[in-house]
Amino acid sequence: MNIVVCVKQVPDTWAEKKLSPDDKTVDRVGVDGVMNELDEYAVEEALRIKEALSAQGGGGEVTVLTMGPDKSVETIRKALSMGADKAVHLVDPALHGSDALATSYALSKALGTIEHDLVILGVESTDARMSVLPAMLAERLGASQLTFARKVEVGTGTVKIERQTDSGYDVVEAPIPAVVSVVEKINEPRYPSFKGIMAAKKKPLTTLTLADAGIEADNVGFAGSGTEVTDFAARPPKQAGQIVKDEGDGGSKLADFLAQQKFI
Amino acid sequence: MAEVLVLVEHVDGAPKKVTYELLTLARSLGEPSAVFIGNGFDNAKDKLAEYGAAKIYVAGDGDLDGYLVAPKAEVLAQIVASASPAAVLIPSSPEGKEIAGRLAVKTDSGVITDAVGITDGFVAQQSIFGGAINVQAKVGKGTPIITVRPNSTPPEPAPGQPTEEQVSVSLSDAATKAKILDRVTEKKGGRPELTEAAIVVSGGRGLGAGENFSLIEKLADTLGAAVGASRAATDAGWYPHTNQVGQTGKTVSPQLYMAVGISGAIQHRAGMQTSKTIVAINKDPEAPIFELVDFGIVGDLFNVVPQLTEEIEKRKA
Ligand SMILES: Cc1cc2nc3c(=O)[nH]c(=O)nc-3n(C[C@H](O)[C@H](O)[C@H](O)COP(=O)(O)OP(=O)(O)OC[C@H]3O[C@@H](n4cnc5c(N)ncnc54)[C@H](O)[C@@H]3O)c2cc1C
Ligand SMILES: Nc1ncnc2c1ncn2[C@@H]1O[C@H](COP(=O)(O)O)[C@@H](O)[C@H]1O
Repeated sequence: MNIVVCVKQVPDTWAEKKLSPDDKTVDRVGVDGVMNELDEYAVEEALRIKEALSAQGGGGEVTVLTMGPDKSVETIRKALSMGADKAVHLVDPALHGSDALATSYALSKALGTIEHDLVILGVESTDARMSVLPAMLAERLGASQLTFARKVEVGTGTVKIERQTDSGYDVVEAPIPAVVSVVEKINEPRYPSFKGIMAAKKKPLTTLTLADAGIEADNVGFAGSGTEVTDFAARPPKQAGQIVKDEGDGGSKLADFLAQQKFI
Repeated sequence: MAEVLVLVEHVDGAPKKVTYELLTLARSLGEPSAVFIGNGFDNAKDKLAEYGAAKIYVAGDGDLDGYLVAPKAEVLAQIVASASPAAVLIPSSPEGKEIAGRLAVKTDSGVITDAVGITDGFVAQQSIFGGAINVQAKVGKGTPIITVRPNSTPPEPAPGQPTEEQVSVSLSDAATKAKILDRVTEKKGGRPELTEAAIVVSGGRGLGAGENFSLIEKLADTLGAAVGASRAATDAGWYPHTNQVGQTGKTVSPQLYMAVGISGAIQHRAGMQTSKTIVAINKDPEAPIFELVDFGIVGDLFNVVPQLTEEIEKRKA
């Protein structure tokens, strides 16, 4: 079974995230980047599926796919050092400014160049926080959508998941090829070992431009995006609140506050 | 006036509050049409009329509920093609966002998620990076598809007599691939849903043990609130993951958020920072949660919470 994991490099959680004033996109160059945390779970799940299948004599490869500026190679390296077999990096200046519509198109085209039975993604990226890409990719590829998985079971020709819901979970089954997105309860991602880090340096990395993937420039970047940020501003700073030390009457002081704010 | 589609989010026909919020919002932008997909329309009909739907599209064919997400996007795409609405508004739930994404691909339209408001010309307001930046965004291609967060607009009734249109759907093979075999409920009922609640009381590692969540539940119940939890608490198995607030849990935006024994890590803040009023109880005066609060108590939650619960009960009596 061949598995592609889509990973995204995002600004470090602790970095101050910014939009660039000139074109109103996320500033990815001026900040430290990390692999989107949820995508680590996606990589881990792909590796576990491959390992389980190869223990039964099955074959297949795990390929990492990312779309992003040159710097995203750092994230590719991390996925390779965790154990992925090879990587594809879609990188072209014309992709800058792509929104969900354009990104899903570009990734679907790149996926067209890689043999795959499963595509695994994180449920959401920490910068965009849209959690739409997995569903959009399934739509574009005509593949089964198995999203918000907290458990994945690969059968013969089918995949079954437990889909996390508000009240519990749904058991959902669909034929391969399928697009799977995972929630963070699914596993515990491994740390790259020293051996893994060394091995990653020798693993194949293919770089794709728009032309390589057959992507039409009109459909990506600012031109191909369906949305536009027209304006933004830092949220006005919150007025410092009132902080009271409990002297045995903290509960009733808090009740006073709630009453004054008409919550009780 | 321009037609604005509102996807009804419902449980066995009973619409969720967010549906009324979206109908109210749609009324400020055009003429709202509700789109009801699935079983149980009889439970929804009167409520949709009460909240001002001018028209209701009903797609109630038996097996629409048996498949994941895709059929709903197909039904909406069909209505978008025939009605050419000015916009489509969808609740910003996990499923709502996925429906919006697929609909965007089908109609080659821009999609905006997690709007907290929409103004003239379908300009959406979003709050990004954990509430640090307010953004205005617009759809420039196709039909604006916008998902809107619960609690963004106070729902206001505007009773009317909507026309009804039955939508017959023939689902494509692609839409019926992912079959739902079983639905498992893990959560005990009774309390309001986290993302919809006007008040949320959340507990964290400071509670020390799962059984101490009863303190949080008692406090929540005196306020009619939903119960939330930090990741530390759900990871420890003290409370279900479905109640987790934060970056990898739910995003909530209630009138009042109470953080009890929660430090206020950046990932937790990402899920609650836009709450209107924030209150915290924490014994550590340096806890980062205090940077966000309107009112904070530095003290032991095991003393403060029972006293608070008792005080609220007294004042309500
Ligand atoms: C990829 C990723 C995603 C994450 N997603 C989320 C998420 O969605 N939601 C989330 O919440 N976290 C998330 N986290 C975890 C987050 O970083 C924090 O670890 C977590 O929020 C801490 O939970 P806590 O505040 O309950 O625990 P702690 O940080 O341990 O804080 C406990 C607090 O309780 C106080 N306390 C202890 N005893 C008492 C007492 N008796 N009375 C009063 N106060 C007391 C302490 O002073 C302390 O401030 C994520 C982390 C990662 C890496
Ligand atoms: N530029 C990208 N390259 C590769 N994968 C991506 C990219 N953007 C998003 N993804 C994947 O899509 C998931 C959901 O992203 P989003 O819909 O933006 O929240 C992420 O967790 C990634 O797995």
